[in-house]
Amino acid sequence: MTEAPPPPEGLLAELTHRCPLSCPYCSNPVELDRASAEMNAAEWKRIFSEAAELGVLHLHLSGGEPCSRRDLAELVEHAARVGLYTNLITSGIGLTRDLFDKLVAGGLDHVQLSIQGVDAAMADWIGGYKGGYAKKREVAAWVTNEGLPLTVNAVIHRGNVEDAPRMVDLAVELGARRVEIAHTQYYGWALRNRANLMPTREQTDRAYAAVEARREHYRGTVVIDHVAPDYHAKFPKACMNGWGRQTMNVSPSGKVLPCHSAEIIPGLEFWSARDKPLAEIWERSPAFQAFRGFDWMQEPCRSCERKAIDFGGCRCQAMALLGDAAACDPICTKSPHHALVPEIAARDSVGPVDGFAPRRYAKAPELA
Amino acid sequence: MSAAIADDSRPRLPRGVRLREDKVRSRWVLLAPERVVKVNPIAVEILKLCDGSRSLGEIVSGLAERFKAEPARVSADVRTLLASLVEKRMAEL
Repeated sequence: MTEAPPPPEGLLAELTHRCPLSCPYCSNPVELDRASAEMNAAEWKRIFSEAAELGVLHLHLSGGEPCSRRDLAELVEHAARVGLYTNLITSGIGLTRDLFDKLVAGGLDHVQLSIQGVDAAMADWIGGYKGGYAKKREVAAWVTNEGLPLTVNAVIHRGNVEDAPRMVDLAVELGARRVEIAHTQYYGWALRNRANLMPTREQTDRAYAAVEARREHYRGTVVIDHVAPDYHAKFPKACMNGWGRQTMNVSPSGKVLPCHSAEIIPGLEFWSARDKPLAEIWERSPAFQAFRGFDWMQEPCRSCERKAIDFGGCRCQAMALLGDAAACDPICTKSPHHALVPEIAARDSVGPVDGFAPRRYAKAPELA
Repeated sequence: MSAAIADDSRPRLPRGVRLREDKVRSRWVLLAPERVVKVNPIAVEILKLCDGSRSLGEIVSGLAERFKAEPARVSADVRTLLASLVEKRMAEL
């Protein structure tokens, strides 16, 4: 890998890991960054400027809950000024009318709102926040009344899988232009909670088909992006559209990651945007170089005709399930270890949902 | 499908859909929620006119004159482009 890679199109800025919700499938790492470790506004603004110069087009402002940052309006204003398309990924909790107006005035382009259920009982139980559902509906109305595009994001798991098609209906009712129906991906907190999140094969198939059927029904009204349930798939997802090919993540403390879960892979050397320019990190940091291109691949990926389609699947999934980040993602039916996947899915999808390990900070050492 | 777009409709890009030059890659793109759409030079000229102030008929006749092209051909190109963007919620009529 001596040749410089093409520049990234997207940057996911995890502004903070603080969040008022505690969804059991949160994609944040199990080891959350504390507020004291977060970068300040000046550091983030420099990163946004460097990103725009490098060729980033979309900036995703995420978290945790980005509205937990007091300087969010200042960050959005700067990002828009340097030409980035700004996408706020929010639970809606902590977003006040005053802050929303400031974000709009600063040039916010798009709001992606998470919804945990089609009614308050389910949504507030999953999010662990009473009154959350009502607040989300209020935020959705602010966004659509302003004329900004709204995406509704719903994560599907055993507790709400029967409601998946109704999530699409809810998004339409809220005036969303786009809805993301994302079957749970098992990393971080979701991996920890897998036995209470995994739907049965039959539930998954039914939900998947019902959501797909909405596509034709709502053509021209809402764009449906459907994230497949990978434990029930034949081929793995093209995770991140290939490692270090299109996007980068910056953690609250400035670590630049090829994906939000990459820290689970031992031995990877991540560089910090606090120490080095973003372009240098993108082009040369060992973590980005580790799985770029095809040279790192083992069989069956190395000689597979699909290697430029799915890039061997997901490195973090190979790590989580097989303990080898360079292995073929075992979701793939060509993996010699694939039998493990339906076995886990069957085992983890039985029984009642009897509670979760809620996403939260580990206790401070002195209190442990 | 494209025949359904009336001559007097005034196409525009809605809030949150931005046509911009991507200087780093020497191209034009349409940016929308979670989408980057590469835009060819002809489409750029069409989309620059879609600001809600001009009717489809005016856009077609303007482009046909400027590029010395057959109006029927221009009309088909414009309608095909807009129909595909409307379906993706990236243009409004």
